[in-house]
Amino acid sequence: MSATTGPVVRGTVPTARRRSWHLGDALIPVLAALAFIYLLVPIVYTVAFSFNDAGKSNLVWRGFTWKNWQNPCGAPQVCEAFRNSLSVGVVATLIATVIGTLLALALARFAFRGRPAVNLLVFLPMSTPEVVLGAALLAQFLSLRVQLGFWTVVAAHVMFCISFVVVTVKARVAGLDPALEEAAADLYASPFQAFWRVTFPLLLPGIAAAALLSFSLSFDDFIITNFNSGSFTTFPKFVYVSATRGIPPQANVIGSFMFVAALAIVLVAQLVSHARGKRRAG
Amino acid sequence: MSLLAGLGAGGGGPAPKERARGAGHRWLLAPGLVYLTVFFIVPVGALLATSLYVPVPGGELGQYQPALHWQNYVDALSQFWPQLVRSFVFAAIATLACLAIGYPMAYVIAVRARGRSLLQGLLLVLVIAPFFTSFILRTIAWKQILADEGPVVAALRFVHLLPPDGRLTATAFAVVCGLTYNFLPFMVLPVYASLERLDPRMLEAGADLYASPVTTFRTVTWPLSLPGVVGGTLLVFIPAAGDYVNSSLLGNNTNTAMIGQVIDARFFKVLDYPTASALSVVLMAAILLLVAGYVRRAGTEDLL
Repeated sequence: MSATTGPVVRGTVPTARRRSWHLGDALIPVLAALAFIYLLVPIVYTVAFSFNDAGKSNLVWRGFTWKNWQNPCGAPQVCEAFRNSLSVGVVATLIATVIGTLLALALARFAFRGRPAVNLLVFLPMSTPEVVLGAALLAQFLSLRVQLGFWTVVAAHVMFCISFVVVTVKARVAGLDPALEEAAADLYASPFQAFWRVTFPLLLPGIAAAALLSFSLSFDDFIITNFNSGSFTTFPKFVYVSATRGIPPQANVIGSFMFVAALAIVLVAQLVSHARGKRRAG
Repeated sequence: MSLLAGLGAGGGGPAPKERARGAGHRWLLAPGLVYLTVFFIVPVGALLATSLYVPVPGGELGQYQPALHWQNYVDALSQFWPQLVRSFVFAAIATLACLAIGYPMAYVIAVRARGRSLLQGLLLVLVIAPFFTSFILRTIAWKQILADEGPVVAALRFVHLLPPDGRLTATAFAVVCGLTYNFLPFMVLPVYASLERLDPRMLEAGADLYASPVTTFRTVTWPLSLPGVVGGTLLVFIPAAGDYVNSSLLGNNTNTAMIGQVIDARFFKVLDYPTASALSVVLMAAILLLVAGYVRRAGTEDLL
């Protein structure tokens, strides 16, 4: 279903249309603004409390301080958990991006028997609740007597990241013009050269987006990690476990730092693409 | 923004028009198929097997042996059906709330901000901003904002919307709010993706034909945004039904417990692996059935 199947309006549309004022015109932006506030309140709260001069628990505001930011590793275990999350995220993202990209290429470029079954296999982990994925892997690790730790967490994260990589990269492959690769073949490029010099660079933004997505999924995952980590602690697990006895303000510092860093990357990317679009238009 | 496109597409994309031939695809498929077999299919098999285990006679706590004890399912369901039903009810309410809150957001970004690409980009960044802070930190932030000594409770008590001893945390309301909050971006992004493809001339055509804005919305905008709405409801409902972070941080343990919490507790506190596995199998089967029925009804099979 797409917009093009409907009746096509031909000719120019007069710009100054007499139109009665409707409540919806004002109401919808107000509703949306409220929704944006709802979305951002806890983030503002988290960042604000990273500057709290907290004692043992970071529950009440006791005054502004820089000391949490000056010493983000001040609370026991918090930086170890953060480092663990980073290494799990990087390793799982690398593996999932490679495997998922190959799978996406096969699904988007080749006709083969069993293609619907492969599509289903990719879709199933995404439509299974995390608690079931975590429980299933744990049931397997327990029956094989696998020691839980870094590698079991990585294995679990790769599994659920693959599907998201496939979906993201497949959309990009589907949007590519096959004529480009044919042109390369016409110019006597081998299939490998055509892929490596033409297709791959065009896919790169999609692959990068998939990698970013899978890193953020892995970094923020709690439920599957909690099932398959044993005594290995990641950042979300650290926060969840310390919630009962009070979260140190250093956890807010690390959460805020990740937020600011990611926001900066995305904003710069937005501004660059905006400037480029303008230059192309002008 | 292919990240958003990817989320919004929900796995779609047209089938390849001119498909390459040959056996090259085997090498592309092999790593993924092997991986998903070893770490998804086989574990789900292990889950099914474990759900039928029986305790080792005279063994210690947490020791089980293979069996085909179907009674496990009857026992698990008769004991935990309230939590199972509650999970689906909470997830359904949260999904509807996400739709009610998320649709205006997506509409403003896709239709009202159309043509102003910088504004559009910034609003989209605000929608995905929560992904950049740990969701557990954000849920705990809600817990503290809604706490008994927090500002919201004080204000509501002051205007008598809440009785003097009324509270917000440890209630079903808080759990549903938390679910709604945590999964809201998953609704906004797919709806945005489908509204963005909407041709503004269609809306003008509606106005030209003297349709009221409400009629235009009902007969043009809403049907054309349906693929995004279906994708968004699935992306919210599935994780919400299995979630236990919100119910354990924002709820109380007696009348807000969801099935995920039960599965977690059975696995780790009671070491009752068969019951935990049986409940997981039931949850997975129920969700797959619901998804299949829903997608068929909505007529958007190509979405998958």
